Amino acid sequence: MHTKTLHEIRELINKGEVSCVELTKNTLDRISSVDDKIGAYLQIDEEGALNKAREVDEKIRRGEEVSFLAGIPMAIKDNICVEGLKTTCASKMLQNFVSPYDAHVTKLLKQNDAVILGKLNMDEFAMGSSSENSAFKKVRNPYDLERVPGGSSGGSAAAVAAGEAYYTLGSDTGGSIRQPASLCGVVGLKPTYGRISRYGLVAFASSLDQIGPFTKDVEDCAHVLKAIAGYDEMDSTSAKREVEDYTKYLNQDIKGLRIGIPKECFAEGLNEDVRREIENAIEVLRRLGAEIKEISLPMSKYALAVYYILASSEASSNLARFDGIRYGYRAKDFEDVVDLYVKSRSQGFGDEVKRRIMLGTYALSAGYYDAYYKKALKVRTLIINEYKRAFEDVDVILTPTSPTVAFKIGEKSNNPLEMYLSDIYTVPINIAGVPAISIPAGFVGGLPVGMQLVGNYFDEGTLIKVGHAFERETEFSKVRPSI
Amino acid sequence: MEFEAIIGLEVHAELSTKTKIYCGCTTEFGGEQNTHCCPVCMGLPGALPVLNKEVVTYAMKAGLALNCEINKETYMARKNYFYPDCPKNYQITQDETPLCKNGYIEITTEEGTKKIGIQRIHIEEDAGKALHREDGTYVDFNRSGVPLIEIVSKPDMRTAQEAKMYLENLKAILQYTEVSDCKMEEGSLRCDANVSVRPKGSTEFGVKTEIKNMNSFKAVEKAIEYEIKRQIEAINRGEKIVQETRRWDEAKGETVVMRSKEEAHDYRYFPEPDMVYLVVDDEWINNVKSTLPELPDKKRARYISEYGLPEYDASILTSSKALAAFFEDTVKEGASPKDASNWIMGEVLRTLNDREMSIEDIKVQPKHLSKLIELINNGTITGTIAKKVFKDMFETGDDPEKIVNEKGMVQISDENAIRDIVNKVLDENPQSVEDFKNGKTKAMGFVVGQVMKASKGKANPQLVNKLVEEELQKR
Repeated sequence: MHTKTLHEIRELINKGEVSCVELTKNTLDRISSVDDKIGAYLQIDEEGALNKAREVDEKIRRGEEVSFLAGIPMAIKDNICVEGLKTTCASKMLQNFVSPYDAHVTKLLKQNDAVILGKLNMDEFAMGSSSENSAFKKVRNPYDLERVPGGSSGGSAAAVAAGEAYYTLGSDTGGSIRQPASLCGVVGLKPTYGRISRYGLVAFASSLDQIGPFTKDVEDCAHVLKAIAGYDEMDSTSAKREVEDYTKYLNQDIKGLRIGIPKECFAEGLNEDVRREIENAIEVLRRLGAEIKEISLPMSKYALAVYYILASSEASSNLARFDGIRYGYRAKDFEDVVDLYVKSRSQGFGDEVKRRIMLGTYALSAGYYDAYYKKALKVRTLIINEYKRAFEDVDVILTPTSPTVAFKIGEKSNNPLEMYLSDIYTVPINIAGVPAISIPAGFVGGLPVGMQLVGNYFDEGTLIKVGHAFERETEFSKVRPSI
Repeated sequence: MEFEAIIGLEVHAELSTKTKIYCGCTTEFGGEQNTHCCPVCMGLPGALPVLNKEVVTYAMKAGLALNCEINKETYMARKNYFYPDCPKNYQITQDETPLCKNGYIEITTEEGTKKIGIQRIHIEEDAGKALHREDGTYVDFNRSGVPLIEIVSKPDMRTAQEAKMYLENLKAILQYTEVSDCKMEEGSLRCDANVSVRPKGSTEFGVKTEIKNMNSFKAVEKAIEYEIKRQIEAINRGEKIVQETRRWDEAKGETVVMRSKEEAHDYRYFPEPDMVYLVVDDEWINNVKSTLPELPDKKRARYISEYGLPEYDASILTSSKALAAFFEDTVKEGASPKDASNWIMGEVLRTLNDREMSIEDIKVQPKHLSKLIELINNGTITGTIAKKVFKDMFETGDDPEKIVNEKGMVQISDENAIRDIVNKVLDENPQSVEDFKNGKTKAMGFVVGQVMKASKGKANPQLVNKLVEEELQKR
């Protein structure tokens, strides 16, 4: 059961072959049997999940129409608020913080009668690319327990890959959905900035953060996106645009569709085996009638530098509220209020979080602001313009999601710069604010390889169209880890 | 050496919007601690600010009334600092793009009308309030997120009096436009002053100090006066003025150092990434413009030209919106502008002052004041009685006609009745009669006074005068 996709499960429920309670119990069993090894969950709400499942079974029994997501178990990254559950951001700082309100996406999921199993592990405050920065436990890759699942939404990716939830939500600031999706062999979508409300997502870098779904395949992705997208008056950066029925992009052909291949993404730094897999994927799309064009995105080489300045600057301010005064971790002994701040924050935050707060504070400081923050904003505009220009000539841009397959736990944890490089293909997308999806597109040594499709602003539909066409032609999305 | 002072003011005014600047919580003053709050104004993880459009409208109204240009594209900015009453540890304000800029206020000095420039007006949020108790410090977030405008003047003022006049006019304009109720005691109007001195004739600025913690206009005036004197004396002693923030100590009547320039914060301003650019179009601006009421300057000019009031009276009557409204309503009810003005400038304001009340609190209705004036003019009561009636009206808010009837205060105009009183008074005061005969005309005034007293103020004064003279001549 746990290997099935969301749409397959929907069909089983609709046919009456499985009840939501059975399904939920089944998934809870699956979690108890594998999560000791995977470490995807930080919190499980068995009672809440079963109550919801029962409620949906009752609705179905009464013959009521239910939503596509109704009664199907899912889970949420632990930086998205669910009323009454802890929202820890995998940080000692928020270890005991219970959110008194629902994030907008949580509200939408509840309206859709989703069965929320619990909260998922991640890099602390979504800072990291391996999920090793969780203050509580590491997440392991279901394809190889010695390897990382990617990050920061490692728990969200691993949970879907290991069949511990039929779909999950994550957040993506510089690749935190797509990179772990790639490393765990699942589909992960970062929608256009503004497509999904950020209300209730604990902010890391407000101008880059975006919530998105993890699913086993593209078809599931279309269904989940449809449910969680849309304008929210509580988030002024959310877009006042109608939500499309993304499922209409399924089963479409892609003849004549123009796909751009940026040459910069196939240069130095890309693992040769990964390159081969991606090139094979490009051939599949060419065979399906897509027009493959080489393009150039020269500004993207600055994206990583821009990212670490902007994201850290915003983070330094966004994380200022965690001070031990109103909620969260408070140091035991302190002399005065400044001492309380210093000790609570020194003890409550992990190394990577502190590193980025310091970096961002520095970049915003008097005397450095113009050279760093302001300059980075200007380069951001150039990158945005570059993507806008690129989309005049092509419909979709295709790159590897990550330069390598999943690396070993501990391999990069002492070298932040090397760790940062694993987001080299995903970071520019957040800088530009365009949507991108990572789709299983090959294997190297039994480890998944993801292909990233990048779309024009609010053109998630085309990503689904191309992704689904690829998925129908290949078997990669049907592979499950042996755990 | 002769010095001149350079003064600039930064005024924070709380806007009178019903809800907070970035969330839907009420702005109502008071309330049980931490009950006017939500995840947004408490700075909970994941909560996001959304700009209240009313705040923009109110701030633009202030800007337009203060002759400012409106910045059509602005963005909000974060001002980062750690303080327990600041739930996010940053304040969402405006930095490089204030909503309004380049305005002015006119003040009337001895040398004539002077324009005090306004550099900028921006919108921002208020913080919570730290409460220090015996068992520790608590924070109340009811005020957190209440909308403020900060109005920064240009350094155009030269004396403490000019600063006070600027504040008075600013307050009147904010009240006229109903942008703010400007209650200093509730903290809805706060003022900091930047003060420096330089040799008269110099064009360079001296080193300035910033003065905080002034809780009334009077305190602003006193603090600036003190600071100017302090700086001049220091320079005369050969000392250098250092850039610093000083606190006004009301009890001691002096400014004391709060923090030096070195201790100043680096606020690390940057554009608020949780919000989009604020774009204001001409339609919005014109809508706000069309709602602007007649402002104090215009009103004052009209009172002078239309009603023929002296400039001083016109200035006082227009100094607050409520007072001007009281005056205009009294006139509307039939009183002549001169009578209405005399009564308001006299009895009304005097009584309010004595009781430390403001015109907003008065029970007397304009139509009743107008009627009182009519009762005097048609001879029903005397001016002396009118003052008594007014006292009653002030206490009870009653109709003057009712008071006059109930208390039998109608004027006595019957010649025989008055003549009887006059003769009785003369009989009782032979010395006065004697004095009068000896050419001491003053004695007549004394007799008139005694007659008025004997009639309990009800005798028609003209008749009393006439009859006293007649009867004295007879003796």
